[in-house]
Amino acid sequence: MSQYNSGSDSEHCNERTSLMEVQVDVRSGVGEAVTTQRVSRSSGRRSQQIQESTPGGAEGREAGDGGEDHGIRHREDEEEEDTEMTLKYGAKHVIMLFAPVSLCMAVVVATISSITFYTEKNGYLIYTPFHEEGASTASKVGDSLANAAIMVGVILVMTVFLVILYKYRCYKFIHGWLILSSLMLLFLFAYIYLGEVLQAYNIPCDYITLAIVMWNFGAVGMVCIHWKGPLLLQQAYLIVISALMALVFIKYLPDWTTWFILGAISLYDLVAVLCPKGPLKVLVETAQERNEPIFPALIYSSTMMWFVGMADSDPEAKKKKKKKKKRRAEGDAQAAAPAGAVGGEEEGGFGPDWNESRGFQPTRRPNRGGNASDASVNSEDARQAAQNLSNGRLSPSGNQQQQQQQMEEDEDEEERGVKLGLGDFIFYSVLVGKASSNGDWNTTLACFVAILIGLCLTLLLLAIFKKALPALPISITFGLIFNFATANLVTPFTDALASQQVYV
Amino acid sequence: MTVKEFFGCTFIAYGPAFALFIFTIAREPLRIIILIAGCFFWLLSLLFSSVLWNIVWPLKDQLAFGVVFSVLFQEIFRFFIYKLLRKADEGLQTFSDEPPTASDKHTIAYVAGLGFGLMSGAFSLVNVLAMATGPGTVGINGDTPYFFLTSALMTSCFILLHTFWNVIFFWGCDKRNFPAVGFVVGFHMLISCLTLIRPLQPATIIPAYCILLVTMAIAYKLVGGSVNNLMAFLTCKRAGYASN
Repeated sequence: MSQYNSGSDSEHCNERTSLMEVQVDVRSGVGEAVTTQRVSRSSGRRSQQIQESTPGGAEGREAGDGGEDHGIRHREDEEEEDTEMTLKYGAKHVIMLFAPVSLCMAVVVATISSITFYTEKNGYLIYTPFHEEGASTASKVGDSLANAAIMVGVILVMTVFLVILYKYRCYKFIHGWLILSSLMLLFLFAYIYLGEVLQAYNIPCDYITLAIVMWNFGAVGMVCIHWKGPLLLQQAYLIVISALMALVFIKYLPDWTTWFILGAISLYDLVAVLCPKGPLKVLVETAQERNEPIFPALIYSSTMMWFVGMADSDPEAKKKKKKKKKRRAEGDAQAAAPAGAVGGEEEGGFGPDWNESRGFQPTRRPNRGGNASDASVNSEDARQAAQNLSNGRLSPSGNQQQQQQQMEEDEDEEERGVKLGLGDFIFYSVLVGKASSNGDWNTTLACFVAILIGLCLTLLLLAIFKKALPALPISITFGLIFNFATANLVTPFTDALASQQVYV
Repeated sequence: MTVKEFFGCTFIAYGPAFALFIFTIAREPLRIIILIAGCFFWLLSLLFSSVLWNIVWPLKDQLAFGVVFSVLFQEIFRFFIYKLLRKADEGLQTFSDEPPTASDKHTIAYVAGLGFGLMSGAFSLVNVLAMATGPGTVGINGDTPYFFLTSALMTSCFILLHTFWNVIFFWGCDKRNFPAVGFVVGFHMLISCLTLIRPLQPATIIPAYCILLVTMAIAYKLVGGSVNNLMAFLTCKRAGYASN
């Protein structure tokens, strides 16, 4: 899932975004033996759904004029400018996604090419009981299909379970689950990774140093991911855990199964997001109804949530606000619109949706994101404050002026950002890592470019259709096509050319 | 084959292109996207040419056949990306705050060309570079020991050539100046076929670089450069001001 955080800046831009998150859980067993340790990694398969950003009101562009009569004229101009702003900020958002995705893939590829541990087959997960030991292609295909079906089935069950938990508000259970899974990733998998790196480079290290390093790494990671921390550190940790998860998949899944699973997950994502009764859609809609973020600890965010000061007269209103907007039912938007339309023109950059989001979706998000429980505690306060502000808007111009100035100050500090689900990082990295495990750099490069182009295309489709779309299918499809085409067709050609030093 | 050689060849091959990327493209999100689009289109052209090469298996050993058709496919895809970028031009115009100028078209052509070139260079050399870090002795069987060096030099040449060819090609298509387009296709074919002359490998580098210089000059002229501009740049004069 990727979402656009709208913030306003001096460009007076607004976005309405629909949040669609895909939540898929994976329980991974580690090690050769069948383990009974069921630590679920609910972030494991967060498919990406692009949260569309359709800018809402751009009335702010005509800032300076008050009065309702401008509202209608502004709306037409709005839409044009909205599209521009969408596209303009779309390019920036694409790059904000390119960088972490590329980094994660680079980490995985670097590890695979230098540390042989992750390409050795030393046992498999309990979710893939068929180990492709048959000699014939047919038996391998059969095994892989069975494995992929089991995996997707497990994921489906986990997702439904999670949706049920979420619907019945068992937040503590979910948070415990998430904490347990990130504990496992940050401590166990990172320890194994560190051990393998030290082994590969023949670096001796005593247990005491190792314990101190691991403790610090893991503890800071837990704090950063689940609570607060510097943004860059959070992003780095999320990239690290995505890479670790991808490496685990590359190691513990049989070869053909990996490819089939990638295909199956893309299909699952497509179905689960676009079908009306898909678990993911239900999850997202429930979250939207409650105006809560969905498991914010498992989303990569590219921007800080800045303070948004509300009216001076209301000290409670000075809370950090989440910039993410959710596009809810049309009714909500329209309900908020009248209240916002007037205010929008005043404040030079905020439209009805911004107000709506402030009214309906205020959560305390110190950095990248807090927890749902945090959100629910503070949402009431913030909602109250937002109401005060909205009411303040409709009051005489004096107040509005004051608030507008306040707003504009803060607008400059706010930034746009984008969020991406960790599952997408993981699956992109699995694809590229698997492609690179053959040792052929042409294939790796081709997959890398294909995935990035898929991401671009998905965002473009999003801007065209203005509907939440899953991003995993397009990138993975491109990646798969290019992987097999490059490995089988292109590489012999380029090898022949390079060995003869012929350049095309 | 040492690590030194690996790094040396990497920097020779990708240094100029990387510098171009860092200074002109890295800060602009839109240009990065166009760059990746250029990479993608070159990849597609390579895919098609590989498919053809694999299909026509009797001629698999005759690299000339593969090369000729690869060049043709690349030019066809250059035309496709030209079409795509011109169509998207309107949309792209809305991104920039400045009014549209002619140089925007050239910028887009340049960026796409760099994408083409980078991908072409990457695919030519990256496997060779990976082998360069491993064990072995180059030319132990009597071949030239300068395999890596010449490969890196040719790669660098080709990356830059693709960039300039793209600028000329887009200009030619815009102004319906088909000699320019023919120039690009013709010289591409010429250089690629030159590289087919295997035993004379070092001797193909000099003509290639000469053609690079010529193409660079033509491209520079087309985007509005002139000798005066060049001298002003070199002597650090500002436009409209005389130096002291």
